[in-house]
Amino acid sequence: MAECHEADQKRWNNLRKVLERAGPFCHPEFEHDSDLLTFILTSCPILIIGAGGLGCELLKDLVLMGFQQIHIIDMDTIDLSNLNRQFLFRRKDIGCSKAEVAAAFINKRVTNCQIIPHFCKIQDKDESFYREFCMIVCGLDSIVARRWINGMLVSLLEYEDGVLKTTSIIPLVDGGTEGFKGNARVILPGMSACVECTLDLYPPQITYPLCTIANTPRLPEHCIEYAKVMLWPKENPFNVPLDGDDPQHTGWIYEKSLERALEFNIPGVTYRLVQGVIKNIIPAVASTNAVIAGICATEVFKIATNCYVPLKNYLVFNDVDGIYTYTYEAEKKENCLVCSQIPQTLTIPDPTKMKLKEIIALFTESSQYQMKSPGLTTMIDGKSKTLYMSAIKSIEERTRKNLNKTLVELDLRDGCEILVADATSPNTMVVRLNYLSADVEMK
Amino acid sequence: MASPPPKSPEQTEKSKKYDRQLRLWGDHGQVLLENAKVCLINATTLGAEILKSLILPGIGAFTIVDGETVTEEDTGSNFFLDYDSVGMPRARVATQSLLELNADVHGDYIDETPEHILSHTQNFFNKFNIVIGTSLPEKVLIPLSKHLWEANVPLIVCRSIGFLGYIRLQVKEHTVIEAHPDNENPDLRLINPWPELKVHLEKTDISKLDNKERSHVPALTILYYFIKKFQEHNNGALPRSRSDKDEIRKMIQESAVCDENGVQILEDNFQEAIHLVNIGINPQIIPTQLKKILEDDCCTHLTQDSSPFWIMCAGLRELVQAEESLPVRGTLPDMASDSGSYIALQQIYQKKALSQSEFVYRRVCQIVTDLGIQQDIISEQEVKLFCKHCSELYVMRGSCIADEYEKNSPDLSVYLEDPDSLMFSYVVLRGLERFLGEYNVYPGHLDDQVEPDVLKLKIITGKLLSEWRCTQILRDERVHEVCRYGGAELHSVSAVLGGIAAHEAIKLLTHQYKPLNNTFIYDAITSSSATYTL
Ligand SMILES: [Zn+2]
Repeated sequence: MAECHEADQKRWNNLRKVLERAGPFCHPEFEHDSDLLTFILTSCPILIIGAGGLGCELLKDLVLMGFQQIHIIDMDTIDLSNLNRQFLFRRKDIGCSKAEVAAAFINKRVTNCQIIPHFCKIQDKDESFYREFCMIVCGLDSIVARRWINGMLVSLLEYEDGVLKTTSIIPLVDGGTEGFKGNARVILPGMSACVECTLDLYPPQITYPLCTIANTPRLPEHCIEYAKVMLWPKENPFNVPLDGDDPQHTGWIYEKSLERALEFNIPGVTYRLVQGVIKNIIPAVASTNAVIAGICATEVFKIATNCYVPLKNYLVFNDVDGIYTYTYEAEKKENCLVCSQIPQTLTIPDPTKMKLKEIIALFTESSQYQMKSPGLTTMIDGKSKTLYMSAIKSIEERTRKNLNKTLVELDLRDGCEILVADATSPNTMVVRLNYLSADVEMK
Repeated sequence: MASPPPKSPEQTEKSKKYDRQLRLWGDHGQVLLENAKVCLINATTLGAEILKSLILPGIGAFTIVDGETVTEEDTGSNFFLDYDSVGMPRARVATQSLLELNADVHGDYIDETPEHILSHTQNFFNKFNIVIGTSLPEKVLIPLSKHLWEANVPLIVCRSIGFLGYIRLQVKEHTVIEAHPDNENPDLRLINPWPELKVHLEKTDISKLDNKERSHVPALTILYYFIKKFQEHNNGALPRSRSDKDEIRKMIQESAVCDENGVQILEDNFQEAIHLVNIGINPQIIPTQLKKILEDDCCTHLTQDSSPFWIMCAGLRELVQAEESLPVRGTLPDMASDSGSYIALQQIYQKKALSQSEFVYRRVCQIVTDLGIQQDIISEQEVKLFCKHCSELYVMRGSCIADEYEKNSPDLSVYLEDPDSLMFSYVVLRGLERFLGEYNVYPGHLDDQVEPDVLKLKIITGKLLSEWRCTQILRDERVHEVCRYGGAELHSVSAVLGGIAAHEAIKLLTHQYKPLNNTFIYDAITSSSATYTL
């Protein structure tokens, strides 16, 4: 055992140098000694969300930066198109859980480490699970999942007499890539800008107006969208919803798109483009993932050991033209939906005209909320009343008629609270209605 | 239509596996990558990370040159060397585990030091498309740099130490056709349209259209109409100044008609025309950078050894001389309009682009015949791509690293004016190289040698700066910091540098995207970086 320990010490000689020696640029609170290495090796559990391009890199990077207690969570399985960058996977692994294969690979390759996989959605885990970690690192391509975990970490914060307890903060390090561009950020929930504070950094997805698709197509994308959103539901060729991973489905869309393109003389419909449009494919290479994951892992190391001041707080990377990095401090939004603790109010100019569906449209379309399919409930005379909910079919049918009713018709009074639940957050948001024409006669 | 319905093409395994990257550099970029032979000198953590990001996207083959054996420290930072391999040749172990990443890639290794190879098999490195070296001592770097400069083989030199990193590119000449610029203005030619375009655009009189017709006209046609109107009001003068442009915007704005309710609204396509004013009215000029390329000696004095790039440049030059403008790109941005009007316009642009690239291709064929070289060296498809991207053409001429070390002192004074400049890190790294050459060990390698090594390294960097005639002083902290690292290589820092260096190699191999010119410094302490041309 002693011999093994000594050999292990030798293995980590590189880390020991930067952890056991003082340095002129170190964090003022850096305490250089051998306990630090022991701490990250044994008592600093990290959760990695996503076992894809970034996740595989993060796992390798963190393990070799001394973090031996890592959990990794991902609901996806391995696909052939992952193999150009997700380097822990082989051809024989196609169809298996990403988290499980990645964890098994690392446990085998790197002596003494304990990677625990979770083959499930992040929403399947509750507070008690997330509370166990010193830090959470995200390598996701989904904004919804990012917002969800952000909301979860904010909900774990504890306040004492209105003062944030620093022990309740679980730092979130988040990376993202697209082609040769990427970003990395450090979030200290409750203290620095959170995902929701900077929601406008995520560009809205490109959409094409329905009338262009239906009547005046000009681009190959218009032809593909036509086949996808108009022809598929109408002709329902395989009696199932469109699945971008099914080559038969993609083939059908390709053929119909090509027919449409021929009719209008539109050049440029290719099979690759069709796949890209149907699945909303984001180009990806090994190198950018390596860069962004490396930057994130370095920040995790800084935060865990206090060796240097961590990134404040957003880094942009681009190597399309030369190599470019830029860091800046994204600002906390004073009235952030998630981390500000300021109650949200919704100002309604005229509740006799404003319909429920317009409020829902506001939640889904405005850059401030960007919700997916919010469910709305309220309390009327001490009883809970569902205003609208699309997630459950029977409730949707029952509440659909409310959409066209005005707020007054729904008995919603000035100052009443609406509870909004959405996939983008683990928590329910409370919105208080504020009527500008306050003395509206209620029916 | 009687033609049979289209059938979807059969996708190959490869195109499925590489799908996400083919969207970035295309099948033609992938072919270049798959034909590439890469040499890595020293399978350090950084070296292995670079190769990883080249093997995954599928280079043809790699060779690792490394005379070291695996140490315990290696297994703590290099993912491709596991604990059981301590004591074995590093070249062999790294090659074996890297090969697992991609069955399409070939790999071998030479278990010898680079010094040994340089002194025994001079031309060994010539057969590679690129050589990458990590942790090279000066005594290897200088002869290697000279040799590869002469052999015209690109060299990438990298180092990762503690929280500091360095990447340097040495390439004699590198040419890029597809630079993939982030923002590119559309190529419209509304000032000085060619005859077919002019005839087409003049067919539409905006003032005579009813409301329905108005809403279907492409913005391009609208803008052209108002440029003409402007000229009528201004004795035929072309709009040039900002106020001219404002006047055109105003004219478009005021052309708004009333809808059925009597409300004046400006349709989407008219709004688009207003947005197009800025770029649509600028006369098409030949970018200075491109003019330089077309006047370059390599373009005007072709030889049998000229590369396809320069032969195509010579062909393009003839077109530019004949037409006094660049070939039309042939693509249009999307514009609100009915399908027919848009497609008709698009076809006019495409047809022009095609006829111009045919002209260039004929000239290229003639040049190739005159030079007496193989006819099929350049395909019509290549010329088409070349013409389409002619405004992005890029030529980079680098410098020889050995020259900088031996002959020309770099002029760093300008950079060193700023006390926070990352150029100071370059000075420290050069000092570190010299320290390694003199003492054969990293400064601060042993715990009790940190302080004495700080003094030694300070003397070395002080000498370097005075050799370069720099009056600035390197702060002691910077020297101390690098001695604190004691030669430690940290995995996450090497992972960042590995990804970046691999992508620079991919740029050089595919001739797409503009590479680093020529020195990159990464400071992981502050998460910042800088590039310098040395
Ligand atoms: Zn926030």
